[in-house]
Amino acid sequence: MSADAPDGGDLIEFRDVSIQFRRQRVLRGINLTIRRGETVCVIGESGCGKTVLLKLIVGLLQPTSGKILFEGEDVSRMDARALVRLRLRFGFLFQMAALFDSLDVFDNVAFGLREHKVCGEDQVARIVAERLQDVGLPPGLERKKPAELSGGQRKRVGLARALALDPEVMLYDEPTTGLDPIMTDVINELILQTQRGGHKTGIVVTHEMRTVTKVADRVVMFFPLARVGRGESQIIHDGPPGGLEDAADPRVRQFVRGEAGDRLREMAAAARAAGGGASDE
Amino acid sequence: MAVGALDVERDGVGADGGETAVHRLGRQVFDRVAEVGDVSLFCLRTLGWIVRRRPRWSVLLPIFHAIGVQSVPVVAITGTFIGMVLAVQTYHEFQMMGLATKMGSVINISLVKELGPVLAATMLAGRVGSSMAAELGTMRVTEQIDALTALGTNPIYYLAVPRFLACFLLIPLLTLMADFMGVIGGAVVCTQVLGIDSFAYWKHSRDFVEGLDILAGVLKSFFFGSAIALISCHRGFNSGAGAEGVGKAATEAFVFSFMAILFLDFVLGLAWNAMYRSLWPQATGLL
Repeated sequence: MSADAPDGGDLIEFRDVSIQFRRQRVLRGINLTIRRGETVCVIGESGCGKTVLLKLIVGLLQPTSGKILFEGEDVSRMDARALVRLRLRFGFLFQMAALFDSLDVFDNVAFGLREHKVCGEDQVARIVAERLQDVGLPPGLERKKPAELSGGQRKRVGLARALALDPEVMLYDEPTTGLDPIMTDVINELILQTQRGGHKTGIVVTHEMRTVTKVADRVVMFFPLARVGRGESQIIHDGPPGGLEDAADPRVRQFVRGEAGDRLREMAAAARAAGGGASDE
Repeated sequence: MAVGALDVERDGVGADGGETAVHRLGRQVFDRVAEVGDVSLFCLRTLGWIVRRRPRWSVLLPIFHAIGVQSVPVVAITGTFIGMVLAVQTYHEFQMMGLATKMGSVINISLVKELGPVLAATMLAGRVGSSMAAELGTMRVTEQIDALTALGTNPIYYLAVPRFLACFLLIPLLTLMADFMGVIGGAVVCTQVLGIDSFAYWKHSRDFVEGLDILAGVLKSFFFGSAIALISCHRGFNSGAGAEGVGKAATEAFVFSFMAILFLDFVLGLAWNAMYRSLWPQATGLL
């Protein structure tokens, strides 16, 4: 991606953002800036708050404290209309695609166009056909229900739906999870094509290092809050994708190489401690 | 304070470590109050969206079909059997008192004022309420509701309002269907099986059952339909994760809807009676 350098200029900014669900805090004091035109891969272990980060950006979740700024405007202070306008500038590919079960493929992709009365039905049909073609799906698939699709097809329909309104920013939540290696690469190519072709800003949450290598301009690694030291940032790496394997932080190297290291022992010790605590009570 | 919070996160024990019974009670009270506020807000938002913008026909019609048309057989069968059972159960006592010909009045007044509306609502809560909660709960856990929001569409407007309108507008028709089938079922058993004179049966029915009685039942059904839709949609929107969470939401939707139906039936009965007495002070009342 280095050939397509970001245009520059801050687009999204997290300022000291924390969020907790009931008594479980997931993110603490996050400071992060996403520049216009760049593709940022967010990596990290399961449960470290990567998906939460995406949902905060479009106001699906509200931060417990801190601010999320989009073009300098605080997302959590936007009224309902402003939030809708903001969301229409984003495309969101959900982890399991989140296609609407009751609608067929065509209606799923056409959903945003129809709901916001962007254009007439003829135009809707043309855009849907184009988007489905862009993601490599044949026209015969249009009248199938999501339940009849394979995992890769669902992801591609989800991508077509996210792209239907031609968003400026794409958010990808684990776009290749559960796919075979070939389909993983197909999705990576589609992300690359979307980001390069559309000159879009993108945030890709992933565990897949091949995705990182292929699409990222920049890599941000999160670490689970329960395991970071007191006063230490949850973001343990923020830089270009090259040289991740030789990063100074051993936690980054361990993740990139997919090495369990002492994790199993740590988890067993934590489980023993929790069991002991319970019996003490 | 921040350091304290950090310690909590680091040791993984959380605030549970020093929690007393008073803390737990306080938390329970806080949670219940928050839940009441949440339900109230949900109801207000749903009603607000009905006023602001009507859903598209292409969204409304399939839901009207699923909730209204597909409920007709089960409501009709239930109504028929209730009428027939009432006839069988009351015949012996009425026969002993020599009042068998007056059974029509008792069966039909019971049907149109109480059993028709309540049973139609109960069947709707069982067939539709729990299904709505399960469907919306599944949409919650598979992020479809988040996807709706991310596409700039309000989920209450798109999902709850059509279901509310379908329940609110169609339950009176289902109630009338249950009433009609119950009346027919009772009449068939009384006149064809138990040998009660058909003319006398219908004459007493006509003398005793007024249009206002039917209206009372139909009016109640609007409230029942609203309660079923709001409760079921709310449970679905707030479903817990996984199959267990969705199953629980579906069960709660039926149980809470049924309780609401019985509660509303009692309150509306009192209100209707009070209104009737104020309009016709000499009357004996309708409850």
